[in-house]
This record gives sequence, structure tokens and C-alpha cells, in this order.
Amino acid sequence: MKEEVLNIKATETQSFRQFDLKKKTRIGESVIQALLFFAGILSVLTTVAIVYELGKEAMLFFGNPDVTFAKFFGETKWQPGIGQYGIWALVSATLTTSAIAISISLPLGLAAAIYLSEYASPKARGILKPVLEILAGIPTVVYGYFALLFVTPILQNIFGDNIQVYNMLSAGLVMGIMILPLISSMSEDALSAVPRSLREAAYAMGATKLESSLQVVLPAALSGIGAALILGISRAVGETMIVAVASGAGPNFSFNPLEAAETMTGHIARISGGDLSYNSIDYTSLFAIALMLFLVTLVLNLISQYIVNRFRERYE
Amino acid sequence: MQNTRTYAIESNDLSIHYGTFTAVRGVNLKIERQKITAIIGPSGCGKSTLLRSFNRMNDFVPGCYATGELLLQGQNLYSKDIDPVEVRRKIGMVFQKPNPFPKSIYENIAWGARINGFKGKMDDLVEQSLRSAALWEEVKDKLQESAYALSGGQQQRLCIARTIAIQPEIILMDEPASALDPISTLRIEELMQELKKNYTILIVTHNMQQAARASDYTAMMMIDDQRAGGVIEFDETKSIFTRPKDKRTEDYVTGRFG
Repeated sequence: MKEEVLNIKATETQSFRQFDLKKKTRIGESVIQALLFFAGILSVLTTVAIVYELGKEAMLFFGNPDVTFAKFFGETKWQPGIGQYGIWALVSATLTTSAIAISISLPLGLAAAIYLSEYASPKARGILKPVLEILAGIPTVVYGYFALLFVTPILQNIFGDNIQVYNMLSAGLVMGIMILPLISSMSEDALSAVPRSLREAAYAMGATKLESSLQVVLPAALSGIGAALILGISRAVGETMIVAVASGAGPNFSFNPLEAAETMTGHIARISGGDLSYNSIDYTSLFAIALMLFLVTLVLNLISQYIVNRFRERYE
Repeated sequence: MQNTRTYAIESNDLSIHYGTFTAVRGVNLKIERQKITAIIGPSGCGKSTLLRSFNRMNDFVPGCYATGELLLQGQNLYSKDIDPVEVRRKIGMVFQKPNPFPKSIYENIAWGARINGFKGKMDDLVEQSLRSAALWEEVKDKLQESAYALSGGQQQRLCIARTIAIQPEIILMDEPASALDPISTLRIEELMQELKKNYTILIVTHNMQQAARASDYTAMMMIDDQRAGGVIEFDETKSIFTRPKDKRTEDYVTGRFG
């Protein structure tokens, strides 16, 4: 008797429950999709606009009959006002300061990242991480004067008369300290993302902590560390304030870190700060430098990407 | 001295604690050499915790520590002057989910041997280890390919191969087949029978049939009223499965519980 009642109920509900499977318009979905697309496209458009503007003005520079690619890439003196167009005078300083910065920040940043992700107790981590991140929040102009007024005197004590007051070494070192938190925090994210099971596998094979960190976890995290390196290089190449303050004003083709030399960014900042008439050769030359800066960053990024892809170890 | 020669590893009143909580209490096990000992019991009874205490993998769990004794050749593995790295070189481990290194098949085996100071011919060791793990025929032509290109069952055998390569005394297996299909599971079990000629094997398993078919001894674990796991019965596998002494073991192995 009871079963019968249950059966009837079941069929009743079944026949009364109707479905509508037709498409519905969901306005919220389309609005959100449009907004997200807009956010995505905005940065792309900005980049395109910048490249367009750079290209347009740089064309004016290269359109000048006096300027040739042979001079631009072949000479080592930069003074467009008097017909010297050798970009290497500025590129050399950018490469030197960036190389110093990366050779400081990559090993130190990686070491800090390995310590934080593999060795540090939760307590030590809780203190160190925020402190490192404070470094990232210091304005670069402060770093610039830190280089000029604190680091340079120390270097003068070491190198004596061999080092100039404005020099690439001091700027490069401080730039390295500025980039350090970026590299360490991105690398630490990459290291922490390596599955625990890989560390356990290493330990279970009788690996020490160092062997596990350097030979298993680090190679597995290399793609993330590579991203950190690429971003670090871009920061170094593009950094302006530190080099403008501490590395010297005046193009100088030199790879000697003890000498003063002006980087591409430092030069743009200084020249554009003065009064320049539009369409003068000095004015358009700045866009050519900026375009070159773009190119240098691009090439360095491609190189580091290649290196990372060559050595990375993929886990799933 | 007589005792420690007979047994591969021996625990005396071994307990494992997480902070103030005791996860495993008072385990006394004498593990026979070159035999397969299975640890069975319901979920959460501390089987894996106990197994991982045997090669001090629990050291990596914050707040986890052990009391009592765990004797390998008369040395208490939990005494202060013992180096856990050395312990793990003598007691290898195969995990639940295959976890090969993201390196080539060759390097998966060579790496462990190298960090353990292996000086002989690496090619030979790799081949020998892969043969012992019944994997050589399948991978001999692609040793330089990534281990991740292998199937789950092959990956697990690779993990066994790399463990063999460091020549441990004991191999711990934490549900080594639970992530594998039945055919791969069978291959792992066959492999265990081969391996016990040279190694002592301790295996945690959820699978009652696996314990019954593959092991020589079985330890039955159960949780007590304070949520601490303990070994309630330890005997030859056929006794555990045919005439268990403890009612709870009987209920568990016959499927009435758990």
C-alpha cells in the first residue's frame, strides 16, 4: 500500500516538471566579456601607439641626409648637434650598468629565493619576505642618491683615484639592489610552485637539502626564474633615475665600470629636460635612442628566453 | 645482537606525534629480511605515517617527532647522532603517486646514484636497475627522453628502478599501485616478488587482495579511542586472512568494516 503511494508521487512530479532548454540572453556575461576584452586590448593598443610614435619620430631622424645606419651603428661618438651619431656611446653604458646590476641581483636574488622557499622557517620567512618587499617600494631617485652619496664614497676608498665621481659601477650595483626583490620574489614563487612530491622523491633518494634544492627544485622552476630574469633585465635596461644621478652626464663609449658614462635612458632624461625645439636633430634623435632601447630589451629578452628553454625541466 | 641480525628492521614501542597529538602509538614490529610485509588498516589509522617514520620522511612535517626505538643493525634511527640523509640512503621509498624527476629516464636513475657517490659505470647501473624493475625492454631506445613521456605504470617502475639503483637495504612502498590500472598493478606486484630476493619490502596498501596475494607478513592497524593508530595484530599473512586472532582484524579483512 505504502509503496503504491510512493510510485504515484514519483510519476506526478515527473510529469509536472517541465524544462526550458532554449538559449537565454545573459547580459551580464556579455558586458563582462566586453570589459575584460577592453582591459586586455588596452595594453596592446598602448604598446602599438608607443611603437608607432617612436617609429614616426625616429624616421625623421633617420630621414636626415646626414644620418646613416653606418654612422649610427658604426661609430662611437654621440653628439647629434655636431654630426656625431654613434649610438654605441650610449649603448655601452646601458649594457655595462645592466650587466653589473644583473650579476648582483641574479645570484643574490636566487640565493634569497632558495633560502626563503627551501630553508627558512615560517618565522624567518614571515620577517624576511616583507623586508625584501620594502626594498621594492623605495623610489628610484632615492636609490640614485644612495648610489652617489653612499656607495660611490665607499668605492672611492677602495679604488682611490682610479674611479671617477660619477661611475657606472656604483649605479650598476645599486640598480642590482633595486632589482633584487623583484628577482627573489618571482623566483621564490616559481620554486614554491614545484610540487612537494619532487622534493620528497629527492629526499627519499638520500639527497641533502642542498642537492634537492639545486639539482631538483631549481631546474624544475627554471621557467619561472627565467621570467624573473627577463623582467629584471628589462628593469635594468629601462631604469633611468639611478643612472641619471650616479653614472654621469655625457656620452662616453666605455665598458670600464670605473668611468662615468651616460646610458640611453639617462641621456633621454637629461636632453629632454633642457629646451629643445621640435624637429631639431637633437629632438628626433631621442626617439631613435628610444627605439634602440626597445631593440636592446627585445634582444636581451630573446637571449634569456632561449637560455631558459634550453635548460628548463618540465614537470607536467 | 642475534636479534638484530635476523630482522631487517625492528621497532620498539615506536610512537609518532604531531605536536601534542599522538598519531601512532606503541608499535612493536620485527620486520623479516627479504620478505614483503604489508601494513593494512582503515583510512586515517596512521599506516602512511608509520611507514614514513621508517626513513625519517616525517622529519619534513613541522612539529612531527617520534619516540621509542627503530633499530636498523642495532642502531636506533631516532637517536640524536643519526644522520637522516644516511638513513634514507639505506631505506628507499616509492610513493603513492609516481613522482619521477623532470629529467630524462637515464638521468632519473643516474642522479640518485651520483649523489650517493656511485663511481662505477653509470650506463651499466642504469641498465641493470631498469632490468630489475622490468622496464628496460620498454625504454631502452628512449633513455634520453623525459620520464614524463612514460605511462603512470612505467613511471612507477622507473621510481622503483631509481630506488634500486642506490642499493638500499629496505624499500618502503606507500600504496604504490593505488594510482595505477589493474594491469600495471599486477606488474608492480610481480616485480615485488622479484625484488624480495634481494630486498626487504614494506608496503602500505588499502587493497586487501593485494596484501593477501603479495605479502608474506601483515600488520593490521587500527585507531584507538584517542584517535591514535596502533598495530593490533601482526602475523603471517595467511594467518591474518584465514584465522585472525583479533575480532577487529577479522571484520576488516572480511569486508564487514572499513
